[in-house]
Amino acid sequence: MSYLEHTVKSTPTGYRKFLYMNWPLTLLLISVASAGFLMLYSVAGGSWRPWAEPQMERFGLGLAVMFIVALIPIWFWRSMSLLAYLGSLGLLVLVELFGTVGMGAQRWIDLGFMRLQPSELTKVTLVMVLAAYYDWLPSEKTSRPLWVLLPVLLILIPTALVLKQPDLGTAILLLAAGGGLMFLAGVHWAYFAAVIAAGVGLVTAVFKSRGTDWQLLKDYQFRRIDTFLDPSSDPLGAGYHITQSKIALGSGGWNGRGFMQGTQSRLNFLPEKHTDFIFTTLAEEFGFVGGITLLTLYGLILVFCLVTALSAKDRYSSLVTLGISLNFFLFFAVNMSMVMGLAPVVGVPLPMVSYGGSAMLVLMAAFGIVQSAHIHRPR
Amino acid sequence: MKRPAKGKGLAYKRLTRRALILGGMQFAFVGGLAARMRYMQVDQADQYRLLAEENRINIRLIPPTRGRIYDRNGQVIAQNTPSYRIVIVREDAGDVDKVIAKLARLIPLTEEEIERAKTEMRRSAPFLPVTLADQVTWEDISKIAINARALPGVTPEVGLTRQYPQYEDFAHVVGYVGPVSDYDLSQMEDPEPVLMIPRFQIGKVGLEAKKEKLLRGKAGAKRVEVNATGRVMRELDRTEGQPGADLQLSVDANLQEYTQARLAGESAAAVVIDCETGDIRAISSTPSFDPNLFVRGISVADYQALTQDKYRPLANKTVQGTYPPGSTFKMITALAALEAGVVGPGNTVYCPGYLKVGSRRFHCWKRGGHGMVDLETSLKRSCDVYYYDVALRVGIDKISDMARKFGLGVKHDLPMSAVAAGLAPNQEWKRRVHGQEWLIGDTANASIGQGFMLASPLQLAVMSARIATGRSVTPRLIRSINGVEQPSGAGEPLDVNPRNLEQVRKAMFSVSNDRRGTAYRSRIIADEYRMAGKTGTSQVRNITKAERAAGVIRNEDLPWERRDHALFVSFAPYDNPKFAVAVVVEHGGGGSTAAAPVARDVMLQALYGGTPPLEAYPVADRERIREQQKRLEGDRRPKARPSEKDRA
Repeated sequence: MSYLEHTVKSTPTGYRKFLYMNWPLTLLLISVASAGFLMLYSVAGGSWRPWAEPQMERFGLGLAVMFIVALIPIWFWRSMSLLAYLGSLGLLVLVELFGTVGMGAQRWIDLGFMRLQPSELTKVTLVMVLAAYYDWLPSEKTSRPLWVLLPVLLILIPTALVLKQPDLGTAILLLAAGGGLMFLAGVHWAYFAAVIAAGVGLVTAVFKSRGTDWQLLKDYQFRRIDTFLDPSSDPLGAGYHITQSKIALGSGGWNGRGFMQGTQSRLNFLPEKHTDFIFTTLAEEFGFVGGITLLTLYGLILVFCLVTALSAKDRYSSLVTLGISLNFFLFFAVNMSMVMGLAPVVGVPLPMVSYGGSAMLVLMAAFGIVQSAHIHRPR
Repeated sequence: MKRPAKGKGLAYKRLTRRALILGGMQFAFVGGLAARMRYMQVDQADQYRLLAEENRINIRLIPPTRGRIYDRNGQVIAQNTPSYRIVIVREDAGDVDKVIAKLARLIPLTEEEIERAKTEMRRSAPFLPVTLADQVTWEDISKIAINARALPGVTPEVGLTRQYPQYEDFAHVVGYVGPVSDYDLSQMEDPEPVLMIPRFQIGKVGLEAKKEKLLRGKAGAKRVEVNATGRVMRELDRTEGQPGADLQLSVDANLQEYTQARLAGESAAAVVIDCETGDIRAISSTPSFDPNLFVRGISVADYQALTQDKYRPLANKTVQGTYPPGSTFKMITALAALEAGVVGPGNTVYCPGYLKVGSRRFHCWKRGGHGMVDLETSLKRSCDVYYYDVALRVGIDKISDMARKFGLGVKHDLPMSAVAAGLAPNQEWKRRVHGQEWLIGDTANASIGQGFMLASPLQLAVMSARIATGRSVTPRLIRSINGVEQPSGAGEPLDVNPRNLEQVRKAMFSVSNDRRGTAYRSRIIADEYRMAGKTGTSQVRNITKAERAAGVIRNEDLPWERRDHALFVSFAPYDNPKFAVAVVVEHGGGGSTAAAPVARDVMLQALYGGTPPLEAYPVADRERIREQQKRLEGDRRPKARPSEKDRA
């Protein structure tokens, strides 16, 4: 069912839109971000610089972006979906050609005032374009092979571009988010079963490829997998991060060591303590209580998104909201699994908490779309 | 689009179902994460805590060894010596106040030191060592070692600290280092982690500051395993840093020492430049200070004594002090006039003791006038009227251009603090800065190096070297970096007619070798080392009408700060210039009496590469010079000073 069949008369207009926003969701986002500021303050050794302050500025900007996106009717975003998707593909190509190399990968376009990471943008635009696609597609055609192939291509093109950067973490997230959206749209179970079977085959092939000419992953990626499987194999090299992260996290105990008292995080043993490993610091300093609080906040964000999605009566709103919340889930689930030693180190930040501008801005814009769906839902 | 509304149709139901399935899966995963967290942080917390405490692997920075600084002959100017300090770890000390009180009974600790350590401890993590006392003597260290049991958490550490074995002699050249301050960090774009090491020393002033990056080097890192008390159990691996580069200066420490000693007692500056390479052989500013005081942290009283001294020991007068060059500027006016063709070397000007410019009379220093003067006489006897006259003919802009050609009014690129550009004014400058038209009287003043004209002793030395060689000699302070020779400052030939230069040089020769020359008394009689020069006496005040009416007041009768500056510029040997020397004695009186003898002595010291034989001096002076040499020798040696701070 499309929004066109509903009377839009009952949707709020003007300043009344503010009243109809999903305020609990907004407050949740602010609290999660605040936890982030606190941790950035702590990892900088009790200083607002160099991380906490810029992060706060960007969050302020992010809030503004969210409000603006939220006030624009959801049907506008629906019609923009394809354009946004093509735009982000263009940026991905651009970054391939002119991007800045950072941490061994080509990921950014330097805009001067900030670094734009098109792969972050793609996570949202992919969800948008798939949601629009399934909104447009008559539901009885959903599982027909030809109509399945099209969204698969929509997913694979950006994934391939991101993989070439190389950014394995984001590529996996794109695949998972795209697959999840197809699942939500109602594509037949059999397709997923087939893909999983193929995936297992692929993993086997990847491991077989190691050391041959057609090696499918870079050496460092193999090493990361090795050390994930057996961290003790290289305690001073690549396994070092996982081991140290686990020690720091575990030693936090029930209550943690207290704000700014984390010994492990304070010793500079984590190379990206302000980005990928920030949860370790939080868990060390605030313990199980702190960790579970953040996890609960994240869970609540998912719940509010789910409620918004189910109360929307058009497919686009539902799908885009669910897709965004799925993305958000994948973000923090992969990051937390990584620092707890449940997944290999793939370089995925903790959403809204880790230091980083473009990831946060994109997420806030995405939540703006969720808010827009909430405000403009038919009543 | 006219699709039939399905309401709660099949597709909608399926979406809801699948959303709930996916949501359920997500929550199962979140639950799994929570369980894992609980397992690690609650069930296994003790085990991890143990791992964290007992097997703390951390990365320690290895501070790089700061590059040393040598003089041109390899004498050490700045080095690193071991120093002992006492550190305390809050976590291990238990009752910090009690431990510190115990320690204070054992070794002398100041209130200030204790306060500073306590503040630092409050700010940093409990297991990080905090420095309690720096530069501790060996005896105190042994006392602590003996009483180690009674002093938990207190450990002596050995580190390197900067030391300047030449004391006052190079304070202005090399500057000094000091611990990184919060202010220093706030000034840096992206401070290196090594700067966060408590009390890491960085260059604060002078060469130490200007070449900080080069001297500092790159920090290494080692990964160590430490036990619960923070003791290093073993080193796991290390990446070596890169020590700072060793610098060799062009300065000759012996000559520098002599120059400092010769200038002692005056507020003065002297610069010796090698004409062939631009090497700065000596660059002295007196009075000076002991840079080692600053490395330790200077006491308030000592610092006040330095800042309140009217001779300004902290100022490096050689490069940051600018003075009206006075008559030493006349060569530039002469060259501008000769080059412009407004006057020939043989042309004469009549000096009646003054020149009337408009309604104003510009006086010659000699009331009665010099009569008919040509170029050589004018320079030899320093006639002012000659220069007023030719300057008015050639105009200020050409004089200013000539000054810049000879290095006045331009900033020389030297790695020292606050290098001044001086000032060689022209019409455009006055319009821009003062918003006024250039007056003809300004030209008259500028022609004899007064008025707006300002130059540093370094610039005067460069000017002399350029006149001597006819090349644009540029000063060079660093001779080699890590043994790699730096480009020479010999320079390209100047765009000035060599014949005109020769005329000026000849005139300068007669200044100190002609019986009627102003610096005749400070001549060198050794034939192969004949010196050419020019005296200068620059006014720091305007002579009031009342004073003029009362007759000229003798300089010595004025209070010190109103006396004239004494200047002298020179080069030698005349036939084959080797060195150029510039001397400025602040408020020293006449250039011929206060500056020229110093310049001559320094020049001879440089030419002979040590104490010159008395035969180089005029016969009448030899007795006095012998006394002076003896006195200076006594001042200079031995240089044994306490190398460690007496903490008692």
